[in-house]
Amino acid sequence: MLTILYFASVRERVGRAAEELALPAGVADVAGLLRHLGERGGAWEGLARIGNLRCAVNQQMVALDSPIADGDELAFFPPVTGG
Amino acid sequence: MQVRIQEADFDVGSELAALRRADPRIGALASFVGLVRDVSGGAGVSEMRLEHYPGMTEKALAAIVGEALQRWSLIDALVIHRVGRLLPTDQIVLVAVAAAHRADAFAACEFIMDYLKTRAPFWKRELTAQGSRWVEARDDDDRAAERWRQPGG
Repeated sequence: MLTILYFASVRERVGRAAEELALPAGVADVAGLLRHLGERGGAWEGLARIGNLRCAVNQQMVALDSPIADGDELAFFPPVTGG
Repeated sequence: MQVRIQEADFDVGSELAALRRADPRIGALASFVGLVRDVSGGAGVSEMRLEHYPGMTEKALAAIVGEALQRWSLIDALVIHRVGRLLPTDQIVLVAVAAAHRADAFAACEFIMDYLKTRAPFWKRELTAQGSRWVEARDDDDRAAERWRQPGG
């Protein structure tokens, strides 16, 4: 099972803050998961095309080609704006 | 080393006093306080809401402070970042660094702040007369953080 979190403008775009998802067959990295989510259509199709989309795997910021595994916590969000 | 995420305001004087704690090795105490401004991109801001990623935020800040402790000769460091609803003039963030000498304290304080702006998962939403909007990340912040990159780092 994957835990997927969505923050800030990305959360508003997909209309969801969090979900649990069984690791889809054939998905081995973040980019693959984005392609899988895009198959839901609607706002999900645009997720992978957000130019500045950031991703964290197990609370570490990573590149979109980073591998993922069952049990991982993923998060998608826009560039950070704290401070 | 201490990292705190909180909705409540903080008192800079008592936080700095606690960080010094009469440690006679400390010869320099540098601090930065970030505040909510009432204008952004030409529009008046009446209110700001700060969202974060609980768990990752603390880890990211601890990693940033940990890197500062490795790169400079520091005695202690403190980061407090507020979340939730904030108003113009409110304090958002405090970074304080204690060292024997000022060069280390100044540099580490600026480094922590620059990395916090680009690596810690906080997002600001501003309320203006035109409605509410997410604050866009600034290229200037990326360039400021880039200055601190080390070969291989």
